[in-house]
Amino acid sequence: MDLWYGLATGALFGVLLQRCEVLRYDRQLGALRLRDMTIVKFMLTTVVVGMIGVYGLLDLGLVKLSVKPAVLGGNIIGGLIFGLGWGLVGYCPGTAAGALGEGRLDAFWAILGMIVGAALYAEAYPRLLETVLTWGDLGKLTLPQVLGVNHWLVIGPFAVLVILIFRLFERLRL
Amino acid sequence: MFDPQTRRKPMNPYLGGALAGLLVVLSVYGAGKFFGASTTFVRVAGYLESTVLAERVAAMPYFLKELPKLDWQMMFVAGIFLGAFLSSLLGNSFRLLPVPDTFAARFGRSAGQRGIVAFLGGILAMFGARLADGCPSGHGLSGTLQLSVSGFVALACFFVGGLIMAKLLYGGR
Repeated sequence: MDLWYGLATGALFGVLLQRCEVLRYDRQLGALRLRDMTIVKFMLTTVVVGMIGVYGLLDLGLVKLSVKPAVLGGNIIGGLIFGLGWGLVGYCPGTAAGALGEGRLDAFWAILGMIVGAALYAEAYPRLLETVLTWGDLGKLTLPQVLGVNHWLVIGPFAVLVILIFRLFERLRL
Repeated sequence: MFDPQTRRKPMNPYLGGALAGLLVVLSVYGAGKFFGASTTFVRVAGYLESTVLAERVAAMPYFLKELPKLDWQMMFVAGIFLGAFLSSLLGNSFRLLPVPDTFAARFGRSAGQRGIVAFLGGILAMFGARLADGCPSGHGLSGTLQLSVSGFVALACFFVGGLIMAKLLYGGR
């Protein structure tokens, strides 16, 4: 059943990504060149709606969170390496699959590279586990925990900030 | 960006993003699953390697952590492919294109050159995503919407790295 849920959820997500043109290299590089914020608009809207929904259901006791541990060494160094690669490839792992779906043939090479990248990481993993992945290990940490406040006191200001960012984008016609 | 090949106007990204947000909430509520994509590439790599080096893969700690098996996320990634395929066919925006327009305008229409850049970028991106413990789905969407520190830190670094590479490739253009 899990597998069918996965396929259906992915397919609906794929339709939305495709219809908003978020899958395109041109849109992803448009954001990284600060010219076209389509993907950022999509992403931040998803985050705000998801945040309100998930935390609302959490308060009702209907869902569980699944927070990844903050390991600053891994998050920062890995994040920067990902970003450099993302700038070259112009697709992220999820959108590469979608881009291939809408006929973008370069996404095939991107996906092949990603599989090789995963294999190389598996080779390096034992050594990284003793080094980078021990640097700045803060455990499963959320912003409300860091600030010591109720989560709605973070969600509210975050939503306002995102709306202000959107107004700026629209004003600058990005 | 005007695309003469696309007959339909793209969906408003705020609307699409909001619907995707509802989809995340529904998925967390109905299946207990947050979006993610990059672990799937580990499972596929482990599966492919195990067809030639079964014993070696069975002893590698990272493949033991992420077993080469079919799971929710792999079907989710397959679903993105399928959804994009059907949507692009129905919307007349399916296009077999070896080199994206922006890339072609800057570096030319060589499919080989674009393929090499995409392949090398893919290696770097996935190595980084695994080191960061997530990609723009796992950290960028699922992490930040749970207000996790790792999600915000990783997402900021994704963009910093991406902005640097875009600057190197395209300069001010």
